Amino acid sequence: MIQPEQQPNLLRSGHAACAGCGLAIGMKLVLQAMGPRTIAVIVPSCEGAIGGVYPYTSYGVPTIHSAFEIAAPTAAGIANALKIQGRDDIQVLAFAGDGGTFDIGLASLSGATKNNEDIIYVCLDNEAYMNTGIQVSSATPSYAWTGTTPEGNPRRKKNIMEIMAAHYNPYSATATIGFPRDLQQKITKAKNIRGTKFIHLLVPCPTGWRTPSDISPELSILAVETKVFPLYEVEDGKRYTINYEPRHLPIQEYLVKQGRFRHLKEEQIRKIQRDVDEEWEKLKQRARPSPKTRAFS
Amino acid sequence: MKDFLTGNHAVAHAVKLCRTPLIAAYPITPQTAIYEKLSEWEASGVLKGIMMRTESEHSAMASCIAASLTGVRTFTATSSQGIALMHEMLHFAAGCRAPVVMANVNRLLAAPWGFWADQLDSLSQRDTGWIQFYCENGQEALDTVIQSYKIAEQVYLPAMVSLEAFFVSHFMEPVDIPEQEQVDRFLPPLDLPHKFDIDKPGFFVPVVSSELYRKYKHMAQESMDSVKEIAVKVDQEFKEEFGRGYGMIESVALEDAEVALVTAGSITSTARLAIKNLRKQGNKVGLLKVRLFRPFPVEAIQVALKGKKKIAIIDRNLSLGSGGIFCQELRATLIHSPDHPLTYSYIAGIGGTDVTPEVIQKIAMEVMSRTEPVDKPMWVME
Ligand code: SF4
Repeated sequence: MIQPEQQPNLLRSGHAACAGCGLAIGMKLVLQAMGPRTIAVIVPSCEGAIGGVYPYTSYGVPTIHSAFEIAAPTAAGIANALKIQGRDDIQVLAFAGDGGTFDIGLASLSGATKNNEDIIYVCLDNEAYMNTGIQVSSATPSYAWTGTTPEGNPRRKKNIMEIMAAHYNPYSATATIGFPRDLQQKITKAKNIRGTKFIHLLVPCPTGWRTPSDISPELSILAVETKVFPLYEVEDGKRYTINYEPRHLPIQEYLVKQGRFRHLKEEQIRKIQRDVDEEWEKLKQRARPSPKTRAFS
Repeated sequence: MKDFLTGNHAVAHAVKLCRTPLIAAYPITPQTAIYEKLSEWEASGVLKGIMMRTESEHSAMASCIAASLTGVRTFTATSSQGIALMHEMLHFAAGCRAPVVMANVNRLLAAPWGFWADQLDSLSQRDTGWIQFYCENGQEALDTVIQSYKIAEQVYLPAMVSLEAFFVSHFMEPVDIPEQEQVDRFLPPLDLPHKFDIDKPGFFVPVVSSELYRKYKHMAQESMDSVKEIAVKVDQEFKEEFGRGYGMIESVALEDAEVALVTAGSITSTARLAIKNLRKQGNKVGLLKVRLFRPFPVEAIQVALKGKKKIAIIDRNLSLGSGGIFCQELRATLIHSPDHPLTYSYIAGIGGTDVTPEVIQKIAMEVMSRTEPVDKPMWVME
């Protein structure tokens, strides 16, 4: 079997992402695992900048730069048209940012997922509106600085995975660029499932996170090891699998490296740690097979 | 085959006859019967294709555009708040040169709420780059949907077919449903040159320079202009196949008319009756029906109204701060007319209020006796 990382690169060089952009790395890994028989949807975001300016483009598969809030119904329209044409060997991939997923595109994503449209939807989460110059979104973590939360974000990050699970869609998974093999395996798995597949992909953004350009993969790994962003899958909205046991590093190790958290007070750091621990416990509960299931198996 | 149908069901029949395989829709009164009928046919297999039951009109249009660019024929139906919600995607459809066809049941826009006939919902989408037709009855709506596919798929621009709430959407009339073979003969399968090609990856909707944007808009304008010629040709072909034709406009007793009325949509039917009554009384009143609104058939209207001294435009719509929208277009059309006709703007039937033959006769008689121009729109409040 050909491993995804051995497949051709479908995100060509020369694109316009910032140096060290985690989003570009994420797109490259996803496209590589998708392969050339893919039609991709992107929406206004840094994905557009990465797409390039006419007549150049860095995307190696047919791609449409759709409108902001419609990544899912655009992909679904293509998928259904392909079905009508009997072209079932082509996969449809939607890329949207956290703003396009957690905020403005949430209703349309929910609509497509409710219909179990046969698409792979990848949310490239860099935790704020970065393309417009760093404004808060509902994916921005607690206390993070953005241009529209100069005192720090007063609200917690929305739990998009639970929202997706509530749709009972066949497959949702978290992934991040620091675990490329895990990410590509999840894409490969998603390709073999019919229905709406959702990948929540955390992509560090040096520009918006106020970090040096050479630590995006390291930050991505730290997000997992501190349990800020556990790696797990949800099947049919109920079967949870934790894919990686984190090292339970203290939250400071992740926060201290990022300018957007520079202003944090001790108590705020403690609060974040409490939230992270609590979420981890909840996730472990969900991932634990119930005693009844065990008795029957 | 003749059947007793509502305007909504007439539209549904047209969509089925065009073998439209992808429909995406969202319910809204008074359009819902189109969505339901097509869903029923999709579920029973009568309609071969996929019904996308989206969570909003905005997404319905997004899906239609995407499917269209994948190379399949698409349809959606909407009304009022629904078309307003779609607004962003309407521009997008035209910009993508996606030949989506949509039925819009003209219903007033909130606030306040109401369900009644009013053309402002679609007329306020006039700058989105869609071809727009206004239909008088269910038969015309059915025929216009079929014609719209043939036009849209030649110029690669989306087309909207409007029929008024209740007066047309729910009114039952005998409608001739064409035979499938006839429609198959008339309407070739969609063959879009600019669709996704998995073997030749391209990039749709790129970011472009100012100059390219300008060039692109200019090309779109040329395509839109060409619709006037194509619409006439398609209408003639339609007449040859089905025995019915409508033209972009229709002149009724205009030759010797001292007063010309201008209408669009269902008020036209009432006006036909009013003209008969007026003529019986010896009043020389004629009628111009405007069926194609985008592109506006400027040249054809100039010819049809040549030499007319007084024109009264009846609008079931209002652009607040200006007036009736058909009137604006008509005045612009006649601005260089050597006859300098007096044009009078009447706002009648707003919010679905009744426009009876008597109301129209009264308008005609009033105009007959007028000698001075009136700039402002005049409201019919009875
Ligand atoms: S702003 Fe962030 S996500 Fe966007 S291109 Fe730059 S580094 Fe990447």
